[in-house]
Amino acid sequence: MLGKLSWSAFPINEPIDIVASALMILAVVAILAWITVKGWWPYLWREWLTSVDHKRIGVMYCVLALVMLLRGFVDAIMMRSQQAIAVGNAPGYLPPEHYDQIFSAHGTIMIFFMAMPFMIGLMNFALPLQLGVRDVAFPTLNSVSLWLNASGVLLTNISLVVGEFARTGWLAYPPLSELQFSPGVGVDYYLWALQISGVGTLLTGINFVTTILKMRAPGMTYMRMPVFCWTALASNLLIVAAFPILTATFAMLLLDRYLGFHFFTVDGDGNPMMYINLIWAWGHPEVYILILPAFGIFSEVISTFSGKPLFGYRSMVAATMAICILSFLVWLHHFFTMGAGADVNGFFGVMTMIIAVPTGVKIYNWLFTMYGGRVRFTVPILWSLGFMVTFILGGMTGVLLAVPPADFVLHNSLFLIAHFHNVIIGGVVFGAFAGYTYWFPKAFGFTLHEGLGKAAFWCWFIGFYLAFMPLYALGLMGMTRRMQHYEDPSWQPLLLIAAAGAVVILVGIVFTILQLVVSIRTRDQRRDLTGDPWDGRTLEWSTPSPPPSWNFAVMPLVEGEDAFWRMKRKARAEQGRPAEAVDYEPIEMPVNSATGFITAFFAVITGFALIWYIWWMVGLGLLGAFATTLVFAWREIEEIEIPVEEVARIDRAYRAGLVQ
Amino acid sequence: MSAITISHGGHGAHAGAHEGGPASKRIIVAYGFWIFLLSDIVMFSAIFATYAVLSRATAGGPGGAELFNPTSVAIETACLLASSFTCGLMSLAINEEHRTATYLSAAVTFLLGAAFLTLELREFAGMIAVGATPQRSAFLSAFFTLVGCHGAHVSVGLLWLVVMMAQVAGKGFKPRIMRRLACFSLFWHALDIIWVALFSIVYLMGGR
Repeated sequence: MLGKLSWSAFPINEPIDIVASALMILAVVAILAWITVKGWWPYLWREWLTSVDHKRIGVMYCVLALVMLLRGFVDAIMMRSQQAIAVGNAPGYLPPEHYDQIFSAHGTIMIFFMAMPFMIGLMNFALPLQLGVRDVAFPTLNSVSLWLNASGVLLTNISLVVGEFARTGWLAYPPLSELQFSPGVGVDYYLWALQISGVGTLLTGINFVTTILKMRAPGMTYMRMPVFCWTALASNLLIVAAFPILTATFAMLLLDRYLGFHFFTVDGDGNPMMYINLIWAWGHPEVYILILPAFGIFSEVISTFSGKPLFGYRSMVAATMAICILSFLVWLHHFFTMGAGADVNGFFGVMTMIIAVPTGVKIYNWLFTMYGGRVRFTVPILWSLGFMVTFILGGMTGVLLAVPPADFVLHNSLFLIAHFHNVIIGGVVFGAFAGYTYWFPKAFGFTLHEGLGKAAFWCWFIGFYLAFMPLYALGLMGMTRRMQHYEDPSWQPLLLIAAAGAVVILVGIVFTILQLVVSIRTRDQRRDLTGDPWDGRTLEWSTPSPPPSWNFAVMPLVEGEDAFWRMKRKARAEQGRPAEAVDYEPIEMPVNSATGFITAFFAVITGFALIWYIWWMVGLGLLGAFATTLVFAWREIEEIEIPVEEVARIDRAYRAGLVQ
Repeated sequence: MSAITISHGGHGAHAGAHEGGPASKRIIVAYGFWIFLLSDIVMFSAIFATYAVLSRATAGGPGGAELFNPTSVAIETACLLASSFTCGLMSLAINEEHRTATYLSAAVTFLLGAAFLTLELREFAGMIAVGATPQRSAFLSAFFTLVGCHGAHVSVGLLWLVVMMAQVAGKGFKPRIMRRLACFSLFWHALDIIWVALFSIVYLMGGR
């Protein structure tokens, strides 16, 4: 009846697990109870859970990412503290089977459920606004994507309470991840959570590529698009081209595990290295899927706060597209030790080094944008400067690792761990925080507290160096990754420094939360009525903050790069002339839809049932999802018309506010 | 602060192509579906690549030459290609908004697709009967997955076709139904393209 599910699936005998589970359940119950007591459910359901507005969906993605950042960080600090003490005869406090789950969950959560939703959330929020349009190409599909992503998050977190998570590392290499060596449900949790959220990500990619290529304001030619739109285009093209490979690869591993196929097994002539090739054919583009939107954010931030157009816009676009293509030609550098031979390794080593060229172009473009500009040192630009310093360092250790003989020595060591945290924290996380601070006033109509934001930045920045520079040294000293325990006492001092670094980052996270709380409480003093708090250059700043659901009362006409900047200059030149009357028209907007939420509900049911071999429930979940699709296909009303009076009223009120 | 005049272009989403602005809904939907099909083809290429790597990994079991029946596969291919032709006829009928012709060509398309699936399942059953199961070797795992994945797509296509005919019956040729029918037809033709690759690589190259 319940498949493999029994009472033994609950971690009754493991104190750390049970405390963590209890805390998580308590937090979720407390939040749900609070919403119920306050009577917020109808509002939440109407305005958020069923919303197909790209801005709301973007905000929900970012909230999801910030919550998962906390979850992933708890894993991180547990690993750091375990390694700080578990030397010689001291076993530490985490048993190996638990430690293995923690590092697997940390990587999975941070990449799939923190970095991805954060970037997708920021793209969701900013893209249509920057393109000067009213929504994405497929608004309901967008909501489906969000909720499928949330389903993956939910399944991963359920594994904390019911059963276990994978102990295989974040990419679940076979043969270890095969049923023979991982008979538990951990790998199944991993696989189904990522399959479900992966479908959501793929749909996002399709949606955004179509939006960018087919929906732009009149006059916005490709070479007039803001750079963030370009990097988002590259990133989403990579999603469309790479995520299907992940889906296929996981499907094959699932067939191995569920039906006894022999793709990656050690018997039956299976080939485990095939998995590793396929997963990295997705995995390397994936790191560019994450970093390219961040590059776009830095470009916007640096140009805005330097008060100058971006230096070398065209070379920036070319560099972005070059990275987009090159990212598919380097996957083998993740396993030079496979033994493919000198020629193959040489090719992939050289290709890897070549990627540093367009990246270098970008760095110089940012430097020259600031050069001669009047740089305002706000929080977003601090993150950008911190990024440039940190990312160059990470990039250089990357080029070092691209040399196959050096890689043979450093493969699987903490040097590698230091390298990719160097680029992912220094690039993606810093970029996400820059974008978060930059667009927050647009989303909510008030700015974030500067002082606390700066404190958060400095803690993250210093904490990062303290936590990861020692790992470079440890890698060179021979410490391999994923060690629950070690014998060599000379490693301990450096691991203690790394642990201290993690604590400093923790303080940074506390400042981030504090910044949000303080800013919300003092929002009345920090209101931005202009819609343009940073003296911005692109179209998102030409609308009120927060923008109405239709974004633009009248479609903007784009006459060049930095469209809004031009409009402002023109307005200043024409001052004194009577403003031309605006012709408002009624606007058609897509209606809210519960399709996404309900599909995700059935996706969780199906996923959970598959993990525990509860076959009747699998059928039920699939049937429910199919029925949801049918209901959606048969709906009569797709759009509502916003009457012209309402459009005019809101737009006139905003304009009247500007004149003051 | 001075008032900012926002310059504005064409009204609404229906600005003509010459002045730019968002494309029409029909273009957007078809374009998005093309991108989806491309992603589907990428998924197939990952499975193709795996099949290519594992095609000799028979673990001492039977290989393609012993298992494949060229006649049956030829009939399968003929069914699928013919169904693409009738699917094209269906598109013509839809453009004319001709109900009877639409139902008729859809029915023939469905029957040809179902015939294809039946032959494929018979092939699978025959192989399993002689012990050539997907559990036998990596080669057979890859074979059943590649061909089965295409078959699963055809099954989904058949289900979709039935749903679409119900939509035509219930809602008539509304623009939104027409857009969905256009997507179906793209999907069905894409399955043909994949089958051509599959037929060449699996059955022609592997049958010797």
